[in-house]
Amino acid sequence: MIWDNLIEGLSWISFVVGGFFLFVGSLGMVRLGDFWARLHAASVIDSAGAGLILFGLMLQGGFSLVTVKLVLIVIFLFLTGPTASHAVANAAFMSGSRPQDLVEDNTDTSAKPSKSKKTATKKSKAMR
Amino acid sequence: MDHHLILRAITKILVAPILLYGLYVQFHGDFGPGGGFQAGVIFAVGFILYGTVFGLRNLRDKVPDYVVHRFVALGLLIYAGTGVVNLFQGGNFLDYNVMAQKGYQGQHWGIIAVELGVGVTVFAVMLAIYYAFAGRPPQINDEDW
Repeated sequence: MIWDNLIEGLSWISFVVGGFFLFVGSLGMVRLGDFWARLHAASVIDSAGAGLILFGLMLQGGFSLVTVKLVLIVIFLFLTGPTASHAVANAAFMSGSRPQDLVEDNTDTSAKPSKSKKTATKKSKAMR
Repeated sequence: MDHHLILRAITKILVAPILLYGLYVQFHGDFGPGGGFQAGVIFAVGFILYGTVFGLRNLRDKVPDYVVHRFVALGLLIYAGTGVVNLFQGGNFLDYNVMAQKGYQGQHWGIIAVELGVGVTVFAVMLAIYYAFAGRPPQINDEDW
């Protein structure tokens, strides 16, 4: 009895916290300043929001086929979400978009994309 | 092409499960959500993902245009052929009840056959549309005339 209540309460807590992360992520996607900050907010939805809500659903499902399917959904979500973010960020970087603090960084992206990316991140750390 | 490494690795992981999931939706269609149309689209998405990441030319080498066009006709042939089989078994066109001893078993067989036809046709048409859009020659600029 107490075990059931515990599971129920845990699942509802993760639903509410996951919904909070979804709300914060979507608010940030609309309100934040530039593309990179918005991408960061969108990744919160993918990892924390969807992850917590799926965890709550798994607690509701118990040991059943539903939970196995939810685990598969989590695996594919955690494979595809970062990949999509990477593709979008990579395309934006290659087309010359930079974070707001890095506007004066004119690294030549056409020569060697992987190396220029590293130097850009180093510069951003140095500036902060 | 160095910076496409992550996309390529993830695509290699994902194509096979997408095709498997398409088959699951196809053959689970009469017990749960799904059916021929969704299965055909999901199955085609696996090929389209491969073509988008590894290049349209590679995909066209593996699945040539004439194969796609014949698959379009093959799906329709399966669908209509099921109806003709029913005619020869003594029922109406697409009357599945005559396909087995008991009526509901015939319904099962008939729906599986018809959904297979729908799935094959939708898969091939999706791929043909992708070929037609992605294989279009680039437009000529005004300066090039």
